[in-house]
Amino acid sequence: MYKNQHETTPNRKLTPMSAAEIVVAGLRKRYGATRALDGMSFTVRPGLVTGFLGPNGAGKSTTMRVILGLDAVDAGTALIEGKPYHSLRHPLNHVGSLLDAAALHPSRSARDHLLWLAHSQGLAARRVNQVIEQVGLTSAARRKAGGYSLGMRQRLGIAAALLGDPPIIMLDEPFNGMDPDGIIWMRGFLRSLAAQGRAVLVSSHLMSEVQDTADHLVVVGRGKAIADAGVADLIAAASGNRVALRTTAGTHAMRVLGHAGAAVAATGRDTITVSGLPADRIVTLLNQSAVPFSEVSAHRATLEDVYLELTRDAVEFRAATQSEVSR
Amino acid sequence: MTPTVTPYRPSERVGRDGFLQVLHAEWTKFRTVRGWTVGMMAAALMVVLFALLVGVSSNQKGSPPVPIGPGGEPVTDSFYFVHQPLAGDGSITVSVSALKSSIPKAPGDLRPGTVPWAKAGLIIKDGTRQGSPYAAIMATGSHGVRMQDNYVNDTAGPTGPASAESPRRLRLDRSGDTITGYASTDGTKWTKVGTTQVSGLGSTAQVGLFVASPPAVGGGGTAGSVSTATFGDLRTQGGWAGGNWTGSQVGAKSPTFAGYPENAPGSFTGSDARFTVTGAGDIAPAVSDSLPTGGHLRNILTGTFAALIAVIVVGALFITAEYRNKMIHLTLAASPRRSRVLVAKAIVLWAVTFVAGSVGAILATPLGLGLARGNGVYIFPVTSSTELRVELGTAALLATASVLALSVGAIFRHSAGAVTTAIVAIVLPYILIAIPFMPASVSKGVATVTPGAAFAVQQTLVPYDQVASNYTPYYGYYPLAPWAGFAVLAGYAVASLAVAAVLLNRRDA
Repeated sequence: MYKNQHETTPNRKLTPMSAAEIVVAGLRKRYGATRALDGMSFTVRPGLVTGFLGPNGAGKSTTMRVILGLDAVDAGTALIEGKPYHSLRHPLNHVGSLLDAAALHPSRSARDHLLWLAHSQGLAARRVNQVIEQVGLTSAARRKAGGYSLGMRQRLGIAAALLGDPPIIMLDEPFNGMDPDGIIWMRGFLRSLAAQGRAVLVSSHLMSEVQDTADHLVVVGRGKAIADAGVADLIAAASGNRVALRTTAGTHAMRVLGHAGAAVAATGRDTITVSGLPADRIVTLLNQSAVPFSEVSAHRATLEDVYLELTRDAVEFRAATQSEVSR
Repeated sequence: MTPTVTPYRPSERVGRDGFLQVLHAEWTKFRTVRGWTVGMMAAALMVVLFALLVGVSSNQKGSPPVPIGPGGEPVTDSFYFVHQPLAGDGSITVSVSALKSSIPKAPGDLRPGTVPWAKAGLIIKDGTRQGSPYAAIMATGSHGVRMQDNYVNDTAGPTGPASAESPRRLRLDRSGDTITGYASTDGTKWTKVGTTQVSGLGSTAQVGLFVASPPAVGGGGTAGSVSTATFGDLRTQGGWAGGNWTGSQVGAKSPTFAGYPENAPGSFTGSDARFTVTGAGDIAPAVSDSLPTGGHLRNILTGTFAALIAVIVVGALFITAEYRNKMIHLTLAASPRRSRVLVAKAIVLWAVTFVAGSVGAILATPLGLGLARGNGVYIFPVTSSTELRVELGTAALLATASVLALSVGAIFRHSAGAVTTAIVAIVLPYILIAIPFMPASVSKGVATVTPGAAFAVQQTLVPYDQVASNYTPYYGYYPLAPWAGFAVLAGYAVASLAVAAVLLNRRDA
């Protein structure tokens, strides 16, 4: 799905795999007593959909606003292709973003909304028609955007992000308010953007929205990145070398396996999780001791488990202090 | 595990990231919100509608004509005249030994008082028709001896009041169209006060004594006064026909003359060399006070205040709407150099409002003037360049007020607060100025230091040193010159735009 390095075209220069499109390093920002960002660092690479995950208030939107030069930070840097955002000459040719689908004047038509944005970058009206078609809004383009459903506004926001044909696309909660059709469309769309070699950063507070789309995950909590890894690596790390065992003689089985050096834990009325022993050794030991069992299987964590585990701390913190970080 | 990736690189554009692009974007923003374009059209329409309303609702048909001086300006030409014809050249000399004025405190209750511009002296005039050419030399209530001609010209002579101990001797010579005035304290040593050319006097002019007594100014209004002068040593030389002196009231019925106080009519007594003359009125250019029925351009453009409210609302919304719906994020992400955005908005807004205001004012003025004149209303005349200044000045006032509202909107980031502040800054001074009983010092102060000073661009009336009057903004006289008043508003707009730019750059979007 990635473009081959040797497919060179005149306008596309080759970059080693380490080149990151967005580099966020050590962002810190306070709102009064609240720490919105507390050492936020991560990178966003080309050709990948990077999921930006975290509970509400973890600092996702603030980070995106900092990347776009909208909010100032107390410390740290956010660079686009190695440069600060405000130094970009035509910013929308570098980063296309959607922060808030409601951010439009309700009495302006979708086409006019994109038109002023195009004019600000010196782009022609032709480009507006292209992106409208790309997101499937052609038939509604001349209607007032105030009458749009949230899903249509999301599409309009995506069109705005695509306007400058940028190598970086950054979307804040793009699945919000989308119907199932829209969600499927959005996933395919994000994949195709990444397949073109673009860096795609998509924030969400729900793992289920991005788990089938993202290649890479940045999980954040309390203003900093807790995990920054590929999806497969995250699952492997969370699954460990564990085996799930179903048995009616739980106590007996735990004693036998514990003697053999395994760490055992009862996870249900007749289920036990075992780590430290391979599955075939467990079967042998149980047979030798005549412990009845009905199933032995490798335990595999879901991304949902990983996410809940990683963010538990952040969520508990928020619940305990009631200090909602809304921005 | 991540394979080598070719990052997406769109073809490089070589286009400029000029300020013109930001300007273009802001113009597109403005024209694509119907409410804003409608608001601007409404502002222009307000100016026109109010002009039509003012024109239609005024009615002065059948009122006597306003006397017009030789220069085309409206004048007051009402006084008591004791005269004889003088054919050709000649000279007349008199001494004024008293000039006493009375001011009514209540109807029928005259009290002695000072009327600074009460006038008693010699006049040569082309008959008794109001507005005809003249030249005169006179003693005044508090301004010494003056030589005046054709209503607007005034030259100071020896100072000090006339009295029995120190009478003012006055002399007026005619030689063709040249009139020369002299003053003396002893009757032998004469000081020339002034020489003037007065055309249109005719070969035979009416020459003699006159007394005028303009209304006393006080308490924001005026009260019609009356004055009595004692003349002596009347001597004539030249082409005099001889015979009796005739007493006439010039301009008894005139829109610029409020009439005599109750039971104090104009009169003269005496003969030969001694006369006592009682008169009222004035020989002077008309001002707002003395021609209260006269209209001026400012009245026609009354709709300016309604248009102001419309352009203030649009101006504030042009930025506060972006804060309300958070579109400001998109704007600033697209144009990270934030001051440019604000300046572009200001330029677009100013230009649009200026065009709307110009269209409104340029349509409204001839329509309103035509209707008002058709209804018999006298309008203080203006030159076409002054008319254009009033029209374009009104447009500039509207445009700059909308930019002020925009700046305040950028500072407050909230429509209601911005609109309220801008209205308080501009419309409130307008209302304060329009209150007749507002003390002159207050209304002049308001018209000097507040953004409302810019209403001076609508001033068409000219104050005269030789006419005591209520020269206050209520009557159409502003303390600052038209463009100086505008500069006050422009100063507020630029200063608040600068504050807004600093805050926009400093604050998180």
